Amino acid sequence: MNSLQNIGRMLLPVAVLAAGLGFWELVVRVNDIQPYVLPSPYVVFQTLVGDWPVLSESLGVTLLTTLEGFIAAAVGGVALGLLFNQSKWLEYSLFPYAVILQVTPVIAIAPLLLIYLPQQTAVIVCAWIVGFFPVLSNTTLGLNSVDRNLAGLFQLYGASRLQTLRYLKLPAALPYILGGLRIAGGLSLIGAVVAEIAAGTAGAGSGLAFRIAESGYRLNIPRMFAALLLLSVAGIVIYGLLALVSHLVLRRWHESALGKEN
Amino acid sequence: MAEPALSETDIDTAGLAVRLRTVVKTYENGVTALGPLDLDVAKGEFVSLLGPSGCGKSTALRLIAGLGAPSVGTVSVSHRANRADGRHPIGFVFQEPTLMPWASARENVRLPLKLAHATAAEANRRIEEALAQVGLSEFADAYPRELSGGMKMRVSLARALVTDPDILLLDEPFAALDEITRFRLNDDLLDLWRKLHKTVIFVTHSVFESVYLSQRVIVMTARPGRLASEFRIATAEPRGEEFRTSAEYAGYCRAVSSALSPSDSGQRSA
Repeated sequence: MNSLQNIGRMLLPVAVLAAGLGFWELVVRVNDIQPYVLPSPYVVFQTLVGDWPVLSESLGVTLLTTLEGFIAAAVGGVALGLLFNQSKWLEYSLFPYAVILQVTPVIAIAPLLLIYLPQQTAVIVCAWIVGFFPVLSNTTLGLNSVDRNLAGLFQLYGASRLQTLRYLKLPAALPYILGGLRIAGGLSLIGAVVAEIAAGTAGAGSGLAFRIAESGYRLNIPRMFAALLLLSVAGIVIYGLLALVSHLVLRRWHESALGKEN
Repeated sequence: MAEPALSETDIDTAGLAVRLRTVVKTYENGVTALGPLDLDVAKGEFVSLLGPSGCGKSTALRLIAGLGAPSVGTVSVSHRANRADGRHPIGFVFQEPTLMPWASARENVRLPLKLAHATAAEANRRIEEALAQVGLSEFADAYPRELSGGMKMRVSLARALVTDPDILLLDEPFAALDEITRFRLNDDLLDLWRKLHKTVIFVTHSVFESVYLSQRVIVMTARPGRLASEFRIATAEPRGEEFRTSAEYAGYCRAVSSALSPSDSGQRSA
């Protein structure tokens, strides 16, 4: 890939964004649309700056929830994957319920959780429920993708179960686990937002999603857009960070992290 | 999986490294891949198992390595009693290099010693020695993806040698390599065998390779694998390029070829 193509890859999305925003601004101004119907990008930006104290606090709350849900999903998913790998019976007994938990829409579970659990706990549990399954299924896939001959080699040299796990299965599964974590990061944010919205309608909470719902009731549309923008940026940053971690961990050996040359 | 029947004192005193008696391997799906097969390999001998694909020669090798148990018969392997500090009686080289992609050449070679809890100092000394034996000292820190096919195979060979095994089992190790690399590795393997006095059992489907390398060629029949015939390659040692181009070599190849496929004798190019 030459440098011109590289610059093009960076510039084109930015150009599309600028054009889109310009068009949006133009439509609002030419038609004199009121901010409570459709705010212009400039007004959204103004609101973002003006409401920063409120919005930044809410962003902090949502990010913390997401982080807690993500850590729970990562630890829970990997631990359960390891357990399943060590005991087939455990896998047969529990895996169907992990699937059920995954396929039941979290938006439908959230109100129930809010009844039985303290609100903050319920929100984290929601973030965990949507995040843990990709980690679990990827960990399971990775642990089962070990090269057959390498496994034979470990057997030949009398490796213990623990040695096989530590020196063979875990490193082999690492690219898969990291892939699962990358998906789980974004999903944890979604889970947190869904639970906040469910909780927000019940009249409590202070995360970004709650701000969106609240602003909606007050017809404060510019703030809705500003909060939405922050959520998108948060999602992009989370994905970017996890992709970076994955790249740094795998760069010496895994195909996914290698350059495209040769 | 069960341990293979390990050294009986009698095979040790008979000067044998490996003894197979009426060994049959039938897989769960009912296919009999091997046997019944009888095979004696003397200590320090270089033996090739030659046969068409699917004749069970790899199966025989895995049984000798203790990867799986025979359905019928006994597999006996002789080894020194002393298995301290990371020594292992058997070294195995697969058809693919079978390296851990996440570890450098040095760490790949370290694996058998790490699994045996050898001390770091002893392990480091042995790793350097093994890498030097295969001529890869300069590439110790390279990752498998940075190495050529032949170099990866050398790492695999170093890993098999690092435990100072009595018996080296090679399962079509050079089949995926180009001819130039294969010839060079053939010569290097012969050098190592002469220097280290290991018992080598070499599985291949190449007539030329088996005749060039071994003292004895065991020709096997197609499924299920049985002993068809065997040839003793008695020629002046050490072997080299002049043997590869001699009439004597061509004669052995012709004889082995015709034993491999009696119907189209002499026509076969392996």
